[in-house]
Amino acid sequence: MAQIHLKRTSLYVSGASPINMVQAAFYNEDCLVYDLEDSVPISEKDAARLLVYHTVRYHRPADKYVIIRVNGLYSEFIDEDLEAAVRARPNAIRLPKVEHPDEVRRIADQISRIEKDAGIPDGTIELWCNIESYLGLINAYEIATADPRVVAMALGAEDFTASMKARRTKDGLEIFYARNALLTACRRAGVDAIDAVFSDINDIEGLKEDTLLARNLGFDGKTCVHPRQIDVVNAFFTPSAKEIRQALRILEAVEEGKRQKKGAVTLDGSMIDKPIELRALTTLAQARAAGIPIEGGPNHG
Amino acid sequence: MVNAVGRELPEKVGSYVVKPYTGIHKEAQTSAPVCSRRRPDPSPRRQSKRMPDLKAAILASGLKDGMTISFHHSFREGDKIVGQVLTAISELGIKGLCFAPSAVVNIKNPSIVDFVKDGTINRIQASGIRGELGDAVLQDLKLAEPVILRPHGARPHAIETGALSIDVAFIGASSADEMGNCTGQTGPNSCGALGYSFIDAVMAEKVVVITDNIVPYPCVPISIAQNYVDFVVQVDEIGDPDKIGAGAARLTKNPRDLLIAQRAADAIAASRLFKDDYSFQTGAGAISIACTNFLAQHTKEAGIQASFALGGMTANIVEMFDEGLVRTILCSQSFDAVAARAFSKSPQIIEIDNSMYSNMYNKSCVLDRLNFGVLGALEVDVDFNINILTGSNGEMMSGIGGGPDVADGADISIVTLPVIRGRTPSIVNRVFTCCTPGTSVAMVVTEAGIALNPAHKNYQMLKEDLSAAGLKLVTIEYLRDLAYSLTGIPKPIETTDEVVCIVEYRDGTVIDVIRRIKTDKIE
Repeated sequence: MAQIHLKRTSLYVSGASPINMVQAAFYNEDCLVYDLEDSVPISEKDAARLLVYHTVRYHRPADKYVIIRVNGLYSEFIDEDLEAAVRARPNAIRLPKVEHPDEVRRIADQISRIEKDAGIPDGTIELWCNIESYLGLINAYEIATADPRVVAMALGAEDFTASMKARRTKDGLEIFYARNALLTACRRAGVDAIDAVFSDINDIEGLKEDTLLARNLGFDGKTCVHPRQIDVVNAFFTPSAKEIRQALRILEAVEEGKRQKKGAVTLDGSMIDKPIELRALTTLAQARAAGIPIEGGPNHG
Repeated sequence: MVNAVGRELPEKVGSYVVKPYTGIHKEAQTSAPVCSRRRPDPSPRRQSKRMPDLKAAILASGLKDGMTISFHHSFREGDKIVGQVLTAISELGIKGLCFAPSAVVNIKNPSIVDFVKDGTINRIQASGIRGELGDAVLQDLKLAEPVILRPHGARPHAIETGALSIDVAFIGASSADEMGNCTGQTGPNSCGALGYSFIDAVMAEKVVVITDNIVPYPCVPISIAQNYVDFVVQVDEIGDPDKIGAGAARLTKNPRDLLIAQRAADAIAASRLFKDDYSFQTGAGAISIACTNFLAQHTKEAGIQASFALGGMTANIVEMFDEGLVRTILCSQSFDAVAARAFSKSPQIIEIDNSMYSNMYNKSCVLDRLNFGVLGALEVDVDFNINILTGSNGEMMSGIGGGPDVADGADISIVTLPVIRGRTPSIVNRVFTCCTPGTSVAMVVTEAGIALNPAHKNYQMLKEDLSAAGLKLVTIEYLRDLAYSLTGIPKPIETTDEVVCIVEYRDGTVIDVIRRIKTDKIE
């Protein structure tokens, strides 16, 4: 059975800020993104790369899905970033501003080579692709399926709106299409969809409205830029009692199917395939993460 | 000899005979009558007690070389009284005094260190000597006797037993009348409650009230009454209102502190003692103020009301009162301007004597009825002992305050602190200075989880309640290991054998001593 990694919240922390890196491990985010890109000044790139490498390699938070965001795919830093990031052994590397599936394939090849050199099993490190332009959005499905390492795509709203000559607003109508288009591509490719950041860290009510919309559209989680956003966002990705009951029923049917050595399992007349089973496991993991006691059901996640 | 928290103590330091701490509630109470120095007025039926200036009042008080003088610390870093009085005493050529305020805050202009250097002061007793004075005492300042540091509850006890015998008490008041009725609640430099000086007023041989705001007789309200006051002096300025506490303290935006505060409030709300009529003391640090806000939310959600909030008051506790979330405020100290002026709102907001608040040897003290007490700390060790005095560089970072009293008095004492501060671990193998014995501490709340103390009287109850609420429980050893894994184990602070401070517990025994810090200063 695949291990379930919750992706309700992913918190960016700058690789140039040691104290924030230490503290970030203590908040309730599911995914911790050590950033080498936008939050790190040009003069600090080398130091940040070393610091992030040592932090992830030797002080990795035990209960987090750990991600390193590298610099731009055409920047002078990308090769050294990948060398350090892969060898640090995070769960995933987050690629900024992906626009074409060839870019993913090039990076995936590079990661494979470094994994081999470092003695890491091939394919260990996953990829998250940030979609931050109209071109990336148009190619989203091809990007998501360019390599099996890709497990999630995230919308970068600020750069996306800039590429569209749109204006960024709080209600986010200008990214409504992009959110749906990205979600559609993610669902078709079977990868997770991560919503854009809500930039105003002082507007908790605005964050709630924005997260409610994202959850209702179908996103699996949201990127956070400040720790105070985490609990607010997590709360929206807590499943309802009805959803938990349904997830338990699905997993019971799967278990029953296994006991009876059935190839295909159905519930209420519908076939339960692998994605449905994974979604049910994720629902239970989300419930457990929210402190909801689950009676019965397999203890995954 | 070694005391009950494992501290190596000398049997005598100068003239101070060390009575070692032997455990909570192990020290037998004295039945001797209290030792007041107060005397009948030698010149009765005066129509005014005003003196032309400080020097005239000092001379009239009979202050002489070697005597003991006291002050309160309610003007905090905005205090201008201590400096003016010491300057006047110094100019009068009086030497060798024991300086015994309720606490020394970081007063820089004039520097108290200079009054030690010129011989005006040669002994110090207080709850804390934070700042320049404390650092100098630890490093190279020479006094005739070691500094005696006592928690708030131990000071009135020491005064009543005669261990601290005050010759002249100088009491700053933001309003006073010519007969000495005075208060901190009104006037341009109001500081709020004068709870720390009640005992001085009642017990000192002479009492001098100092104000910059003489009001028509009688002063209203009367915090300290004329029957205890010998002289009244008007000066130009008793304090700097911006430093006394302007407005309400701002709520921290530090996400780490907010997380700790939330956890502490969640722990309170998870306890079975969190019910209608519960009581609490949260304090004035950044985490404490945030904790009060989270506690207010919990109280509102539970549809209950606290019977009283105790101790140092802040604007957000007053806000809880306004919202009907707390029925009574028992205030010994006001931490901001909103709290300082809140007394006129309602008779349910009451200014109380520090002795009533915290002195365990009273016929009773309020702290011993408290449900929840939230405390800060610089360091906590794996035995849950607390250090609130000395920092990692051998500096005097804070005062003892009422922490040891609150920890022991409250049913549930909660220490809030981050696992590390900068590059310094806060959870350690052994605290540098022990101020509060670990057995009185119920739990330590950090950003990395809550550690319950198995040696605390309410451990079993807390374990059940917090586990049932799904709060993240860890061991104190886990927190220590986490801290050390992030910072490494610091090199111990090196000291000489010379004892420079004696740290008393709330029962008057010695819980620790501080030895002189070795410095790299080139002589």
